[in-house]
Amino acid sequence: MESGLIGSTRAAAGALVAASLLGLAACSAGSSTAPPDGTPPPSGEGSEESLVLGLVAEPATLDFTQDGGAAIPQALLVNVYEGLVKLDQDGEIVPALATWQVSDDGLTYTFDLVADAVFTSGEPFTADDAVFSIERVQNDWTVALKSAMDVVASAEAASPTQLVVTLTNPSNNWLYNMTTRVGAMFSQSGVDDLATAPIGTGPYALSEWNRGDSIVLTRNADYWGEAPYFNEVTLRYFDDPTALNSALLTGTIDVITTVQAPEGLAQFEGNDDLQIIEGSTNGEVLLSFNHRSAPFQDLQVRQAVRQAIDHQALVDTCWAGRGELIGSHVPPTDPWYEDLTDVAPYDPDEATRLLEAAGQTDLTLRLRLPSLPYATSCGQVVASQLEDVGITVEVDTLEFPAQWLAQVFQPPNDYDMSIVAHVEPRDIPPLFGDPTYYLGYDNAEVVQMLADADAGTAEEQVTIMQEVARTISEDSAGDWLFLLPNLVVADADITGLPENAIGEALDLTLLARS
Amino acid sequence: MLLRVLVRAGVLLASLAVSSVVVFGFLAALPGDPARVALGVNATEESVATLRTEFGLDRPLRTQYVDWVGGMLTGDPGRSYVSKAEIGPQLADRMQVTLWLVAAATVIAVLIALPAGTLMAVRHGKLSGLVLAGLSQLGVAVPAFLAGILLITLFAVRLRWLPSGGWTPPVEDPVMFLRQLTLPALALGLVQGAVLTRYVRSAVIDVLREDYLRTARAKGLTPERALWRHGLRNAMVPVVTVLGLQLATLLIGAVVVERVFVVPGMGKLLLDAVANRDLLLVQAVVMVLVVAVLVVNFVVDLLYTVLDPRLRHG
Repeated sequence: MESGLIGSTRAAAGALVAASLLGLAACSAGSSTAPPDGTPPPSGEGSEESLVLGLVAEPATLDFTQDGGAAIPQALLVNVYEGLVKLDQDGEIVPALATWQVSDDGLTYTFDLVADAVFTSGEPFTADDAVFSIERVQNDWTVALKSAMDVVASAEAASPTQLVVTLTNPSNNWLYNMTTRVGAMFSQSGVDDLATAPIGTGPYALSEWNRGDSIVLTRNADYWGEAPYFNEVTLRYFDDPTALNSALLTGTIDVITTVQAPEGLAQFEGNDDLQIIEGSTNGEVLLSFNHRSAPFQDLQVRQAVRQAIDHQALVDTCWAGRGELIGSHVPPTDPWYEDLTDVAPYDPDEATRLLEAAGQTDLTLRLRLPSLPYATSCGQVVASQLEDVGITVEVDTLEFPAQWLAQVFQPPNDYDMSIVAHVEPRDIPPLFGDPTYYLGYDNAEVVQMLADADAGTAEEQVTIMQEVARTISEDSAGDWLFLLPNLVVADADITGLPENAIGEALDLTLLARS
Repeated sequence: MLLRVLVRAGVLLASLAVSSVVVFGFLAALPGDPARVALGVNATEESVATLRTEFGLDRPLRTQYVDWVGGMLTGDPGRSYVSKAEIGPQLADRMQVTLWLVAAATVIAVLIALPAGTLMAVRHGKLSGLVLAGLSQLGVAVPAFLAGILLITLFAVRLRWLPSGGWTPPVEDPVMFLRQLTLPALALGLVQGAVLTRYVRSAVIDVLREDYLRTARAKGLTPERALWRHGLRNAMVPVVTVLGLQLATLLIGAVVVERVFVVPGMGKLLLDAVANRDLLLVQAVVMVLVVAVLVVNFVVDLLYTVLDPRLRHG
């Protein structure tokens, strides 16, 4: 239920909480699928081998239409449920259950479905199922993410293998959202028991769920596409990071999908039986400013706080030096990424000068942290760096999720600064384009640019989003401390592990043993 | 004797009734509406209301309480708010696991405590007694989770003799079951054994000073035989008390140890339920643990009378 708690009208909210709750869990959701032209999948036939992955935070239910937890699509999307489209490892949208064409006005999408896809219940996948799935998001889903489908005016089956979707206005974001759980295709006769019995068209089917322990996926013999290498994949859930690490060291599991505490990596280094993969995620660790609170209405104060922070020293101290500096709300895997770390460089003298210019020489700010490892440890560093430039920081920690949500995230938004990782992909619009969000950032120019980017061509989208990212950084809408790393440790002979966590799914289809 | 049993049973029932009110009251008094929590804060009022009706939260508290107690008594505690799964079967599954763990830990504790405690009492004041006392003091000071981590580091990671965690039901694979049970049971049992050793020691020391033991020896029994035939049984009364009380701490220790060893028992169920804000499940687990502790205490009370005839007429 992680994010069920929070449910904002915007997609990002759910994921924010979900991922934050685990600290990092969602980051391990590697993404993507066979690149259309890249390396071939490991095996056409598949082997009889099995694989055990160690994860954190077991889902409470398997029904992501009713529960916003990030752990559910992590396990099931791409593997059990497929969408019409999916993300590849470069973050590009590529065909999955369908190829598509867009009309010139950007309003009509025509999807040609693969002919031989079959649900694990035995029913064939048809355009009627696609219509059913899309309409079900609008009518029956209860999670806040369902708003991603609001832009759909109609979905119709032109033939059993052709689907026509009409939008109310052109939207690049809609097609992107179709790669997430919102775009999962369900069978019309297979939604009675989604909480325990998911039915999809994917390369794997759920064979066992041992609550409190593991989820077992077995290869779907009737899969329409390339068979995955492993016959059986077990997702084993651990609450305790030490137990997770020991399990890998003792051979109980083959892969740790996300190392929970980066300082724990040391014990795996220099071990020839293991490989360590370090990549990026969508988790921007944001030092949020409450734009409703008086001091932060002054750009000089916001800039002063940003320039008072030595980001590299911070990530070295509180996250073992793992994590990229980004300077705005875009991870390097997004098409509109630019290195913006020079917009507000570390300069304590400049910070002091800005505070004087703003008449805030005796400034006191409240830093209210969620009880999450990265927030509490990095919060201490932020506080001490701000105190070096003469800002008094009152730090307190709120139990996450309930207390933090009630006091910081929801009205009355009683905070000046907080720290939380926003892990939803491409989440600038809900954060910085919605003045009612907990940040209270109200910039009409940004709102307009976001609308233009959503409606424009693909090239226009990239150009405009670059401008948006620069604008919010120059306006010091928040301070981006660092990007959460994707830290994977695995047996040395496992191949196909994604370096970067891009989408919501932990893609099992590319994994193999060499 | 019968009167004593009846009085004790009465106390048990009263305690159960009071604790059920406390458990229910506490969770009902928690801020936040479970239906809203399950759906998210921006869910429509309509869907929250629907879910409240589905959960039965729109009924008066007293009705909810009576239904809940009725459900618990008939073995149907309802469905989880979060996973929508039946709670009853989950409790039964998880309780089994925890009982295995607690039982194995108790056996280990007793196997350590009886010989070690008796030896310490007999060697009271000698060097070997002091060494044993020092060891048991160390055992008392180590928390079960630390013992667990140390055991994993040594026996699983370094020596690779045993798995670092996990659970296999005994019917599925008895060998794997024992291999996986060993370390968590040791982690719990070693610490409990150390505590128990100290009680056995003082109980035996007390007994050694008793007149009847001197009499037995005067009749020609060796000190060992006298202790064996007359002493230990009397020393067992306080030991059984402590063992009973320790079962409660064992259950709580299991919560921690299950987490370290990834054992899907009651403790893990409780922690997961708390993390998921699954209040009905939390309520059910807590109540089951309370019942277990109260029943154990009741049984311990009865055992006294078996072990110590003097209490039968009390």
